[in-house]
Amino acid sequence: MSVRHGLLALLSQGPRYGYQLKTEFEASTADTCPLNIGQVYTTLSRLERDGLVSRAGEDEQGRVRYAITPDGHGELDRWFAKPVSRADRPRDELVVKLAMAATTPGVDVAAVVQAQRSSTMRTLQELTRAKRGFDASAETAQRLVLDSMIFQAEAEQRWLDHCEAVLGGPSDSSPAKETP
Amino acid sequence: MTEREPSASAADQLPRPDGEPIVRLAGVVRVHGEGPHAVPALRGVSLDVRAGELVAVMGPSGSGKSTLLNLAGGLDRPTEGSVLLEGRELRDLPPKRLAELRRRSAGYVFQDLNLIPSLTVAENVALPRELDGASTATARRAALRVLDEVGLADMGDRFPDDLSGGQRQRAAIARALVGERRLLLADEPTGALDTRAGDEIIQVLRQRADARAAVLLVTHEPRYAAWADRVVFLRDGRITDSSDAQGTDGAGGMGVVSAR
Repeated sequence: MSVRHGLLALLSQGPRYGYQLKTEFEASTADTCPLNIGQVYTTLSRLERDGLVSRAGEDEQGRVRYAITPDGHGELDRWFAKPVSRADRPRDELVVKLAMAATTPGVDVAAVVQAQRSSTMRTLQELTRAKRGFDASAETAQRLVLDSMIFQAEAEQRWLDHCEAVLGGPSDSSPAKETP
Repeated sequence: MTEREPSASAADQLPRPDGEPIVRLAGVVRVHGEGPHAVPALRGVSLDVRAGELVAVMGPSGSGKSTLLNLAGGLDRPTEGSVLLEGRELRDLPPKRLAELRRRSAGYVFQDLNLIPSLTVAENVALPRELDGASTATARRAALRVLDEVGLADMGDRFPDDLSGGQRQRAAIARALVGERRLLLADEPTGALDTRAGDEIIQVLRQRADARAAVLLVTHEPRYAAWADRVVFLRDGRITDSSDAQGTDGAGGMGVVSAR
């Protein structure tokens, strides 16, 4: 989750102060990526150190407003232009867990898969419910973020089905009579 | 997880907010063939589907999904166990009464829709009512009403070939629900459709459940199963696990929309 570039993107629409950045960031990601305000200020001071944002005075309540610099625009353009590499993302705990379950004696892999599958399906049900709750007026960005999580949960579910099939092997020697 | 319970368990004594299930399978076993060639398709499945509920069944090919659906709708009879459709035990019914109850209570939607091409959409949808003895006018009124409910109010006088795949499938849902039928059995209804039309169909099924139908959906698409109130997983003729949208069946409970 690139908070740094997210903040630059928001600032490219005009100067903002810290709390405003926090709420706008959370709203555009459909509240799926909560930020704490400390994280926002830490990120802003690093961006300032790197010359990507600068202070743009205070508003009437004395809150410091930040503005994006020309270097910041350049960094943001590069970010949008560059695809995200899978290697840049954090390791997936589930993948590690299943790999370990499959190779550690005494662990019931099928039970691990089954528990995860129920849990992932529940996640998928909740996400679907949340999406149904969004009416047409909800912002496109928010709907797309939820869609992303739905697709990820769906992919995980498919992968778990695949794991079950591979790990289980043919459990019955008689051929299946049923059509799929 | 009431699915695992035998029919007379404590779970059955709990008050049901929605009253009796529309369909109840208890300890259902279905074996195809006999002797050394016997193939068990279901090995003891218990499942309730209540009015207002959308239940999805997932599982690999050969896990018994379609058998389960056929038994729930009275198209097939269990080798052991009991199937109650609107409170009536199906195994005791003579074939003629079974056919009658099936026609009156349950409607099917398949992947390959089979609307009759020479009849209009409204005539197709009215057909089950006419077979039940309703007058043409009564059947047509019922057909138009249910077509309206699935968003095809203006399509009644078109022919199936004039409709898109998604519209044809919605007409098939209308036909499955025409009259007083409260159980909708759908076997991969989105299978032949593109994503957009598939999304439309799952929304119609959800709406029908919200309008108090009981819907049992077989699908291999997790994304569509996720619209269900409950998802049951079948494997080798048994329910291995099930997931409840309310998260009442154990673990999980990660508030998704504040996730990670």
